[in-house]
Amino acid sequence: MEALLTTAFLTALVTGAVTAGIPLLLAGLGEQMSEKAGVLNVGIEGMMLAGAFAGFFAAYMSESIALGFLAGALGGFGVALLMALLCVRLGLNQIVIGIGLTLGFEGITALLHYNLFGRSYPRLPAVETLRIPGLADIPVLGPAFFDRPLIVYVAVLLVFVVSFVYRRTNLGLYLQAAGDKPAALDVTGIDVVRIRTFAVLTAGTLAGLGGAFLSEVGAGLFVPFMTNGAGFIGIVLAMLARGRPFWVLAGAAIFGACLSLTTALQVAGVNVPTDVIQMIPFAAVMAVLIIFGRNAHLPAALGIPYVRGAR
Amino acid sequence: MDEAQAIHPLHDKASSRPTLEAWRSLALVTVGPILLAFLLCALALLIAGHDPIAYYLYVVERGVFSGQGLQQTLTRMAPLLLHAASLIIAFRAGIWNLGGDGQFLLGAVMAAALGPVLVTVAPDWITLIACMLLAMLVGALWSLVPALLRAYQGVNEIITTLMMTFLGTSFANVLVKLIFLDPATTVPQTRTLPVEDRLAWLPGTTISSGLFIGLAAVIIVHLVMTRTAFGLRLRIVGANPKAALHAGLSVSALTVIVFALSGGLAGLAGAVDIVGVFGNVRADWNPAYALAVVPLVFLARFNGWATIAFVFFYAVLDIGGESAARRIGVPQYFTLVLVATMFILLALAEWLDQQRRARQRS
Repeated sequence: MEALLTTAFLTALVTGAVTAGIPLLLAGLGEQMSEKAGVLNVGIEGMMLAGAFAGFFAAYMSESIALGFLAGALGGFGVALLMALLCVRLGLNQIVIGIGLTLGFEGITALLHYNLFGRSYPRLPAVETLRIPGLADIPVLGPAFFDRPLIVYVAVLLVFVVSFVYRRTNLGLYLQAAGDKPAALDVTGIDVVRIRTFAVLTAGTLAGLGGAFLSEVGAGLFVPFMTNGAGFIGIVLAMLARGRPFWVLAGAAIFGACLSLTTALQVAGVNVPTDVIQMIPFAAVMAVLIIFGRNAHLPAALGIPYVRGAR
Repeated sequence: MDEAQAIHPLHDKASSRPTLEAWRSLALVTVGPILLAFLLCALALLIAGHDPIAYYLYVVERGVFSGQGLQQTLTRMAPLLLHAASLIIAFRAGIWNLGGDGQFLLGAVMAAALGPVLVTVAPDWITLIACMLLAMLVGALWSLVPALLRAYQGVNEIITTLMMTFLGTSFANVLVKLIFLDPATTVPQTRTLPVEDRLAWLPGTTISSGLFIGLAAVIIVHLVMTRTAFGLRLRIVGANPKAALHAGLSVSALTVIVFALSGGLAGLAGAVDIVGVFGNVRADWNPAYALAVVPLVFLARFNGWATIAFVFFYAVLDIGGESAARRIGVPQYFTLVLVATMFILLALAEWLDQQRRARQRS
């Protein structure tokens, strides 16, 4: 066990946890906003994949990570646009369309990858980091938290921004009302459909960024189906966080640590089959749901399309 | 908007009889979008530099009209149909069991663990039945935690079943690699059930008789859900749980029963695929049938007969697509895109049709 507690191992573990946690954080924040406004977004996995592919493609072609993230956000936004049109505007079933979109974009991204990169499997160079002087020199925590790509800081900053929006702005109130009592919101003259559309599109954009992070920063390449359930974990985080962005951050950190442990233990030569370790995060969710299940709060009108005048 | 529509926009009333009007709208609302999906995906093929007509013809030729292809298609239908039966029960009762893949894999692994050992001491038919019963039990057990959480704590089952499916996929691998490993092979896999001990082929063909288990399951489930008091109870729970409580139904108990039946059928799908077709489970094997069957069951509007037609249709695309991937070089993912496109277009067409009818009424 002593060999496990070296500085190098701990640094790798914490750094890996941050790298694995950021996509979950972005997806979870997005899903949280969507759920708050009453749209259960099961298509988030597809949005992440679209973002992952678009981000990788743009970053590879333009050799610019920033453009990559822009494209990733747009990719997620594009899928969310479909979701908003079908589920918010037309009021089709959110779960059904969500599954359809996830399946569809699993296929489309895999197909595009096969056609464009199926023979070459290109990789992106390592992403440049933004070193925060002083803090970055702390052992273990420094390299893990304060010597990372810009997008990591942006993602964490977003938690504060979103939290502020929910607590202090009218928009936050509208979002909450759209999920809890859409008819009441409608009466005050705010368009429920518009608020929900905004929430779904924001969710898609954040999920797209999360996907782009997976392919650009996490892996450095695109692999078909690479999100591997990250979007679904995002949904769980959003449900357990009960509308609080900081809880999503905490959840993403815990899940990131579980995922990071998988790789770190293997690197350290601990002989446990990967499958056992891969079970940890999902077993953790189930344990949390069994213990705190009763407290999982969901907006009253979640999953129900809003049609003005229909009862 | 009534409750059934709130749950499912493609929902119809289970008892309505087809009329001429219904057939006409069926043609417009079903055939039109499917053709449109083929057309759109043909464009995608063109852009990718393939000849779409050649591709489609090849898929149909391989999936239906070549003798061996048709036999593979019909064999592939068995697990898909059992998944469909599993989903019909759950969806009609308003429960989103999205954990079919985990239940399937664990059922498959347990069948593959038991079968090759038991067959050395017991007759074939006992082995086969024991494998199927064990797989059903395992599938049902794997859905127990989501069932209890949903029934007594109100935890959303979409999340719990998805988590259990990820958990189950890894767990199945752990079982194959660590516990039920066949010591005689170098690749990690379970012991193999000899071909002659598997489910019989239909005389003169290589079609596994698992097909009939699948067909029977879908038909029985359809009849139970639409023609019996038990089915009516489940549908009431699905349409409006509060009303069901008022009607004196034990919603919690019914929820657990639905999960057990649904999980059991998914587990059975695993057993039938193993004792009928594969004979063993290799490590990391996961055909992921369940999530692909979800859209089919919705397209069929939870109707058993229509489900059989859609499953056949999908099996043709699947088998034809597999073969086209090898021959023409269009990857299998294309089938996924085609089905998803169809699915979304069909949902749209349904919505347009509803709008049209609403205008006619007013």
